[in-house]
Amino acid sequence: MMHDAIIIGAGVIGANIARELARYQLDIIVLEKNLDVCEGASKANSGIVHSGYDAKPGSLKAKYNIRGNKMMAALCAELAVSFRQNGSLVVAFDAEEAIRLETLLDQGVQNGVEGLRIIDGETARLQEPNLSQNVTAALWAPTGGIVDPFQLTLAAAEVADLNGVAFHFGTAVTAISCTNGVFNVETSKGHYAARIVVNAAGVHADDLNNRLSSHKYQITPRKGEYCLFDKQIGGLVTSTIFQLPSAMGKGVLVTPTAEGNLLIGPNSVFVDDKSDTSTTEAGIRFVIDKAKQSVDNLPMPYVITAFAGLRATEKHEDFVIGEAEDVPGFFNALGIESPGLTAAPAIAQDMAGWIAAKLDAVPKPHYDGRRNRQPSFESLSVEMKQAMFQKDKNYGRIICRCELVTLAEILDCIRRPLGARTVDGVKRRTRAGSGRCQGGFCSPRIIEILARELGKDLREIVKASEKSAYLIGLDKDLL
Amino acid sequence: MRETKNLTCISCPLGCQLEVVVEDGKIVQIANYSCIRGKEYAEKEVLSPKRTITSILPVAGGDVPMVSVKTSEPIPKAKIGDCMRLLKDLKIVAPIEIGDVILANICDTGSDIVATKRVKRL
Amino acid sequence: MKKDIVIIGGGPAGLSAAVAAHEQGITDILILERENALGGILNQCIHNGFGLHVFKEELTGPEYAQRYIDKIAELKIAAKLGTMVIDITRDLRVIALNETDGVLDIQAKAVVLAMGCRERPRGALNIPGYRPAGVFSAGTAQKYVNIDGYLPGREIVILGSGDIGLIMARRMTLEGAHVKMVCEILPYSGGLKRNIVQCLDDYGIPLRLSHTVTKIHGRERVEGVTVARVDANLKPIATSEEYVTCDTLMLSVGLIPENELSRKAGVALNPTTQGPLVNSHLETSIPGVFACGNVLHVHDLVDYVSEEAALAGKFAADHVKNKDTFGSGIAVSCGTGVRYTVPTTIIPDFNERTTTIRFRVDNVYHNHFVSVFFGGDRMYHKQKRILTPGEMEQVLLPKQWFANQPDTKTIRVMLEEE
Repeated sequence: MMHDAIIIGAGVIGANIARELARYQLDIIVLEKNLDVCEGASKANSGIVHSGYDAKPGSLKAKYNIRGNKMMAALCAELAVSFRQNGSLVVAFDAEEAIRLETLLDQGVQNGVEGLRIIDGETARLQEPNLSQNVTAALWAPTGGIVDPFQLTLAAAEVADLNGVAFHFGTAVTAISCTNGVFNVETSKGHYAARIVVNAAGVHADDLNNRLSSHKYQITPRKGEYCLFDKQIGGLVTSTIFQLPSAMGKGVLVTPTAEGNLLIGPNSVFVDDKSDTSTTEAGIRFVIDKAKQSVDNLPMPYVITAFAGLRATEKHEDFVIGEAEDVPGFFNALGIESPGLTAAPAIAQDMAGWIAAKLDAVPKPHYDGRRNRQPSFESLSVEMKQAMFQKDKNYGRIICRCELVTLAEILDCIRRPLGARTVDGVKRRTRAGSGRCQGGFCSPRIIEILARELGKDLREIVKASEKSAYLIGLDKDLL
Repeated sequence: MRETKNLTCISCPLGCQLEVVVEDGKIVQIANYSCIRGKEYAEKEVLSPKRTITSILPVAGGDVPMVSVKTSEPIPKAKIGDCMRLLKDLKIVAPIEIGDVILANICDTGSDIVATKRVKRL
Repeated sequence: MKKDIVIIGGGPAGLSAAVAAHEQGITDILILERENALGGILNQCIHNGFGLHVFKEELTGPEYAQRYIDKIAELKIAAKLGTMVIDITRDLRVIALNETDGVLDIQAKAVVLAMGCRERPRGALNIPGYRPAGVFSAGTAQKYVNIDGYLPGREIVILGSGDIGLIMARRMTLEGAHVKMVCEILPYSGGLKRNIVQCLDDYGIPLRLSHTVTKIHGRERVEGVTVARVDANLKPIATSEEYVTCDTLMLSVGLIPENELSRKAGVALNPTTQGPLVNSHLETSIPGVFACGNVLHVHDLVDYVSEEAALAGKFAADHVKNKDTFGSGIAVSCGTGVRYTVPTTIIPDFNERTTTIRFRVDNVYHNHFVSVFFGGDRMYHKQKRILTPGEMEQVLLPKQWFANQPDTKTIRVMLEEE
């Protein structure tokens, strides 16, 4: 069967391109090698909606950052995704660094960032009481924001799905070729063909491009490690606190997350292995030491987890967006590292526009871009909680004690479009298991619910990928 | 035959490292104990070490799928493995009361496998 | 809804508090339990060794729990199961949720906190490496093996030699898994000697003292861990690193009293125990709110939980009957070698024959004296052959001491070499 377009990769870029293309009367399919959306670079990052002072003027990063930032609030409202424009501060610790803030400010103005202002240390501390006493000045960027990267990806994918885009998970591309304007894509689940291929393959996007195009790219994954803190101290800072950027990226930040935790990180280390998301002792120590320079009173006992993600750094250090010159119909969204999350809606808008034009696509009359999502039960008033319970008794059953996630919410996240099939999938959709006990209490319960809902045995339920089952057998099986 | 056995006394947190000399199946010397409880423990532990074993077994038709069980009396340490293997294929049916004998005289130890949990019939 | 006493948690502490309160003549009691059965964590502690103090016989966890559950049934004390308390207010309103009633709003005259504790997760340790399936806290693994009947792994490395870790080493072995080693970062185990002998030595499982796990390997499921010896400052020694193949890492690295609700209510907590600060009536900083069991401080024996909780139940009943308020009382402070005491203030109570101070020491001490000072006067001085952080200690203060020294302003518990 011939599809109009195949999107390879269901990260934040692929999902948003799918959402934009779903506006048209096209047959679109998304191939994702993992079992869920948002399993690669989109999953493990800072979740920052950058204001855009950091990107080199004239670069695609600058262009899409500024546009994406402006789109984010409306998009998140439409998709019911947590987003907060909390502003960001870049802090300087001495006179020399303070001068560099000026440079950053100039660059931001050139890029078109609004509202940038340099404030002195005292003013910054009035705004952020836990900011280090050593901060002498700061660049205030009111348009900076925070978003939940998983929700942004999932929501876009859900809307795409509801408007007719098909998602095939556990489907890894093994070979790709193009003959007479038709792309033949071989995968772990069989053969696919399409007139258009969108390369949204994250850290693997160079491999995919290089199989088809003579214009070669090279992505070297750059690891970033993070520590996530308990919600109890999510209010340590209200805005996102950056240090001055260096050649290795934007430096270690301290930020509240859209879901109310506190996050510190990342470091920046090039790695050889495109699947190396391991944390290291040195990396975590670096992140903690750096974060402690920015804020006082960082309460280390409240760390609930550490994680690492990979940035898809292309050697020319800019995004590669658009149709490959020597492969008509092959569209790259490649080298999407920071500010890729911010840029995603704008990149998707352009990519979908170009593809629709190329296919002479006609808009769907009944496209609905809104996503219907209940606010979390925990956030409701007592009266609202009772009202929800009256509608569905499953709201009376708390499954995750730390984040107060109910059975009703867990069932919904499994049953809705692109529903959770893994324990991590439930966790990222509902936050069950992402609190301070890290699933110690609820993971056995979630495994049970998933097994019941999916008609499987407990032993078949996995954490994230096919070989990540929790239980290996019954008691005494090995006797 | 004379042999020396070393064991840790469990009577208190001191954990005295007891040294017991056994000759022809009889204790001829106990050293390094610091109280009478330690000496008694050494005698018992060297001549006939016994343990209470606990496990769980699947139950058909109950309000819960598994029932916890134990040996009614401690059994010789050497028979623990055999005892566990015997439990492997046991099938039991609700209702079950605490103390119900699931398997009598397991491995000829004189000890029974008894339920330690109540399971109601559904 | 109105209740004289609301007890939060139907584990050993909550059950014992309920029985004791009832014995004082208060019958309008409600126990709120989040699981579908009473008994709490005892239900998954199927091993024996419980009850030697309280019942003078050796029971398994479920049997111990059943004694109290039967008593609750006999006294017709009400309990709501499958009910999660989501809020407690300063004026003793308890908000809970279940599948039958929806949101419950209960005004209590006294509240007994008996929520127990939870396990420290991996995140708190920051073990580097991947985040695959196969990393379990020992209590979670215990639920799989002892309640559900499933094995979480074949080849196990256990980090932490607390009693749960030791008990699980034996359980996993008996059920057919291979426990390769137990690593303990400290130079001594916090577990009972009996458990080291009967759970590890019996099965030839090595206990690696002064060792920790420095890396978790495996992207999907655990494939191995790096184990290293630690120096005197508990820092891993790189040259001692060793790769151990396993599919499961089980963590038994400490328990934390579960005080999210107490915090919401505004109960003052002790940073050392992470449990509420209480006076000798086990009353927290909020009048009418009492605490007992592992939510107050982590115990090693359930028997002591039951004893402590019975006191909390009794004092909660007294509070309902008399509306007593006690003021601040005599401060109890920790001297040399004492990490914490429960209670932290004592209200001399001449109805009670003795007042119990429970405490833990901060290191292993041999042949030291436990001393209690009333102001400058040493009232108690007793030598112990051994004191370890893993074993809770207690001293009983007779009421005569308070009668004889009515002007005492502070009580100090400390260790002395002679």
